[in-house]
Amino acid sequence: MASASRVTPPSNNPKKKGSAPAPSPNRNFLVLGGLAVVGIAVIAFLVMRPKDVSIPANVTVLAADTAGFRGYILGSDSAPVEISEYADYQCPACGSFEILQFDVIKRQLIDSGLVRWRYRDFPLPQHPHARVAAHATACANDQGKYWELHRAIYDNQAAWSSLRSASDFFRDLAQQAGVELGAYDACMTSAKYAGRIEASVQEGGKLGVGSTPTFLIGGRLYPGVFSSDSLASLVRSMVPKPAP
Amino acid sequence: MNRRLAIAILALAGLFISLYLWLYKLGMIGTLACGTGGCETVQLSPQSRFLGVEVALIGVIGYVVILGLAMAAMTPRFEGLSWPIRVMPLVTGGAVLFTAYLKYLEFFVIHAICRWCVASAVIIAVIFVLSVLEWRRERAAA
Repeated sequence: MASASRVTPPSNNPKKKGSAPAPSPNRNFLVLGGLAVVGIAVIAFLVMRPKDVSIPANVTVLAADTAGFRGYILGSDSAPVEISEYADYQCPACGSFEILQFDVIKRQLIDSGLVRWRYRDFPLPQHPHARVAAHATACANDQGKYWELHRAIYDNQAAWSSLRSASDFFRDLAQQAGVELGAYDACMTSAKYAGRIEASVQEGGKLGVGSTPTFLIGGRLYPGVFSSDSLASLVRSMVPKPAP
Repeated sequence: MNRRLAIAILALAGLFISLYLWLYKLGMIGTLACGTGGCETVQLSPQSRFLGVEVALIGVIGYVVILGLAMAAMTPRFEGLSWPIRVMPLVTGGAVLFTAYLKYLEFFVIHAICRWCVASAVIIAVIFVLSVLEWRRERAAA
């Protein structure tokens, strides 16, 4: 064969005979190129894999979506301080606030009449199940079971967050919370609260909410988690002291 | 494996980590693969932006620059103590300082640890060490 009898041309490599040959630049670029292809394939897979978003985000918000509704409220209408919490069911910080701080806040500030609490949905785009969770609680609210499902979803956040589809998980939680599943299923399938959830997101965005949880207290935004103690201090500083 | 190739491979790995976190911020990834949930706490915190720019995007740009320098240094035209080798310790040194600031924020302000950010911090620290070693070796040979 011609190739077998070919004479190897003299090398231009100035290195001494027997020394380890330097890797050729072409080989280096081939290695890099191969790794880049693998990395791009992984990223493309992550971007293109199906996500479980069954409640649309790109809805046109109608006046009827927001009429008479400005969040889920706990506490007295005559409370001197109102706190709006913009939160996302799939946000770990919101979950830890709900589980670790909210019970104390409810007991010390809401039940005592100092604070009226307003929960506003603010599902972030990077959380595929957050909008479904918000819609599930809205459907539970139709049956007077909002706060039961709200808490159950946060309590089990670690269990459903990494699921490919969380809809069945929320349905089970709704059932455990006492929600009648026929009406719940119809509500979820119709996605009738998609506009209301989006309205809440847009309202938060206009106020300047950019992360969750964010609290609106006395006209000021406070991003990040509050401890019950620091929130109580802030609230007490805002309550007018009775004249001596 | 020579140091310049090692720097390029590490920069490529860092680039993909930053790209992953940036695409997450853009809502294109879904949930982050992060066992502790700390990644999301960090990525959704107000500190995930620096001077109004996403930190993940800063990472993407930084790693592209380092990868470009490493690739330039691997071409025969830039053998020896060439400008990419002189510039690399400065760029990666700046990146290490910025990363140290981000680690401070994670530990003392956000109180959450993002594993992907830790991986990126280790990568940039190793790149910095390699780039200094390469610069010293070429300076001694020159």
